[in-house]
Amino acid sequence: MAFFPHLLLAILEGTVAAAVLALSALGLSLVFGVMRVVNVAHGEFFMLGAMLAWWVAKMVPGGPAIGFIAALIVAPLVVGALAFVTERLLLRRINYDPEATIVATIGLMFVIQQLALSVFGADAKAVSAPFAYRIALPWFGFSGYKLFVVVASIVILLAVWWVLAKTKWGLVMRVTQFDRETATAFGIPVNQVYSAVFVAGAALVAVAAVLIVPIQQAHYLMGLDPLLMSFIVVIIGGLGSIKGSVIAAVIIGLADGIISMFFSPTLASIIATLAVALVLVFRPQGLFGVPVR
Amino acid sequence: MTARIVMLHGAVILALFLLQFVASDYAVLTITRIMVLAIYALGYNILFGYAGLLSLGHAMFFATGLYAAALGVTRLGMAVPEAFLFALACGVIVSFVIGLIALRANGVAFMIVTLMFSQAAFLTVLYFGDITRGDEGIVIKDSERAFSAFGTAVNLADPVLRYNIALAFLAVAIALCLVVVRSKIGHVLVAIRENENRTAMLGYDVKLYKLIAFVLSGAFAAFSGAVYALLFAYAGATLASIQYSINPLLWTLLGGAATVLGPVLGTALMFLLVDFASGFTSASLLFVGMVLILLVLFFPKGILGTLRQRWWRWLP
Amino acid sequence: MTVLLETHGLSKNFGGLKAVSDVNFRVEKGEVRAVIGPNGAGKTTFVSLISGRIAPSAGTILFEGADVTALPAFRRVQKGIAYTFQITSIYANLSVAENVALAAHRPGGTASLEPLERVGLADRASQVAGTLAYGHQRLLEVAMGLALKPKLLILDEPTQGLSDAEIDNFIGLVRGVAQDATVLLIEHNMPLVMELAHRITVLDRGAILAEGTPEDIRANPAVQAAYLGTG
Repeated sequence: MAFFPHLLLAILEGTVAAAVLALSALGLSLVFGVMRVVNVAHGEFFMLGAMLAWWVAKMVPGGPAIGFIAALIVAPLVVGALAFVTERLLLRRINYDPEATIVATIGLMFVIQQLALSVFGADAKAVSAPFAYRIALPWFGFSGYKLFVVVASIVILLAVWWVLAKTKWGLVMRVTQFDRETATAFGIPVNQVYSAVFVAGAALVAVAAVLIVPIQQAHYLMGLDPLLMSFIVVIIGGLGSIKGSVIAAVIIGLADGIISMFFSPTLASIIATLAVALVLVFRPQGLFGVPVR
Repeated sequence: MTARIVMLHGAVILALFLLQFVASDYAVLTITRIMVLAIYALGYNILFGYAGLLSLGHAMFFATGLYAAALGVTRLGMAVPEAFLFALACGVIVSFVIGLIALRANGVAFMIVTLMFSQAAFLTVLYFGDITRGDEGIVIKDSERAFSAFGTAVNLADPVLRYNIALAFLAVAIALCLVVVRSKIGHVLVAIRENENRTAMLGYDVKLYKLIAFVLSGAFAAFSGAVYALLFAYAGATLASIQYSINPLLWTLLGGAATVLGPVLGTALMFLLVDFASGFTSASLLFVGMVLILLVLFFPKGILGTLRQRWWRWLP
Repeated sequence: MTVLLETHGLSKNFGGLKAVSDVNFRVEKGEVRAVIGPNGAGKTTFVSLISGRIAPSAGTILFEGADVTALPAFRRVQKGIAYTFQITSIYANLSVAENVALAAHRPGGTASLEPLERVGLADRASQVAGTLAYGHQRLLEVAMGLALKPKLLILDEPTQGLSDAEIDNFIGLVRGVAQDATVLLIEHNMPLVMELAHRITVLDRGAILAEGTPEDIRANPAVQAAYLGTG
């Protein structure tokens, strides 16, 4: 293949990667933004969403499209329920202490991962896309479903942005984010807001997983990559800033696509992880964030 | 140092020495591994327990020692004692450089920075698969780790010798830890953990002390990695993964952070638990996760930390 | 009299806000100097600049004639500038004795209990600091400042939250301290300031409004207008 088609393919794959990143990081960003805690089990919520997508597709008759739609309903419900229990029984009891939360959610990460191994087994599971249309370009064909994922990400991101910026719900969350005590003084039930945000973050990542799993495969160890990538996106974008996360996802997705295509995916990941470490050290508010009070 | 403290720690080491005469071959091997990894946990505890800095990236220092030693004997033609020193030096240098950068961050940011550096190191190990042999790992031949000390040939494949070498290193590590935590440095580290601002305003160079703790823990980790590689003749990428950054945290939390013997006890108990669990399930990490959650919820001070709080106030 | 501390054109901006602007200030060795001013006058920012907890936007700080502007806080402490926190900042989980030992740079060892005796806490040396009553925690804070053997002791609102009896006790304490150290006292309590200070500096909106003996300040119309009301 000549250079230009090669680059085009890299950019297309990069755009898909950016959409996947933004979508998987969204829940983490939301939870960190409002609750100021880092959920290390975020990647396992993703994995669980993907596993459920596979399981639902297997159980529901009527082809991949029906299974896909069913999974879009079942996965966020189940993962959200798990998040609800986690928030009540774990995070609330350690009073959302940032460091204890990380240690506890590391534990949760192992528990979910190993339970998935016991229940679903160690083999990778392919899930068919709801439709198999391929876009024919002069040089290569490109999966129509991948472009659908890009569009779906944009829709979901806009929807979340709309909820946060334009609705009463969003206002309540922003007040809670600003200051827990002020929120309490305004009569906002902070505990319920935390609960709702944590559940929403988990449900979002489950939806992301259902969308993404036809591109990848479901596997019990698949959670680590989205976790690390979400960290990368959320940190470079500025912790808790959804706009920053999206910009970061686009930059990293494209860079990742291009470096992976021309050099090696491992090198791309090395560069991304080092970039995060350095951004956190030298510009802790993120490249696009503003310093917190 | 009070006699009571010397006696307690001496008794632990003596007990470990005597254990080899009653333990089965399998137990001797397991305890050897526990002792080697306990050195890693002991160093981690200086940083996490005493200085209050939670690193999620110490696997990079463990791996530094692991690969420095393994590559030292297989590729650079070093003898075993040289490889130990080489690994230790690499550990000090790497942790010094990483510490200079990572310690500019605090709290959760510090945790994620160390996690990211460690992940970059892990990926680097995979990236240079030609040299490190990636997941498959480097297997050290017996001829490459044969050397002679004081005129006698040393065979590191001998399980009993291996056990006693590990024990000797562990004893030195425990003694060093005791000295460090009871020195001025140890007390200042505790002061930093308890109130960093205050400590700076008492005229202590907080950054320097944190860096000392970081490099000490990095050096312990690298040394433990080197002992691991040379005693078990193996260095693989799994030992550089996130799992190996979380392990010393888990062991330290279980045994009791900021107690000298806590990490040793925690390492041993966790090994026993995983060993026991693997008897009937392949998902032994499930227990690791559950122990972490239970510790955070109910025993944040760990076993020895709780004992010290309740009864043994003198425990270092 | 020799000059212990001087600032030239010392300024600090937070964004657009001038918290401290162009302050020229000097303290003589051995005096008790009070810095007063209405809330938001920049008192705490000013002493934070002197102690090195924050960096100035402009200006220089000289201590014993040497430029310390670029030194980090801990180096200034080593040179003899001690700072006691406005909000009590002790090691709540450590013993009272260990708190003072850390201040004396002999942690874990056998530090002298003399600073504790001076503030009257010697009999509580083995107690865990966090279990002390609030007034005693303030005294421990001062004892830690003394244990540093400073040349300049900065007391940032030391009597906040103390009872009247405790304040009387505190006046005697500061008089004792002033015999071998220079004291910079940030205070709200006017009777206390009038009684203790040799000289008073009044800050208003980040700048020096007036400076002089307690009598001068009491008589100064500008100060009365800005701060004391018509009192």
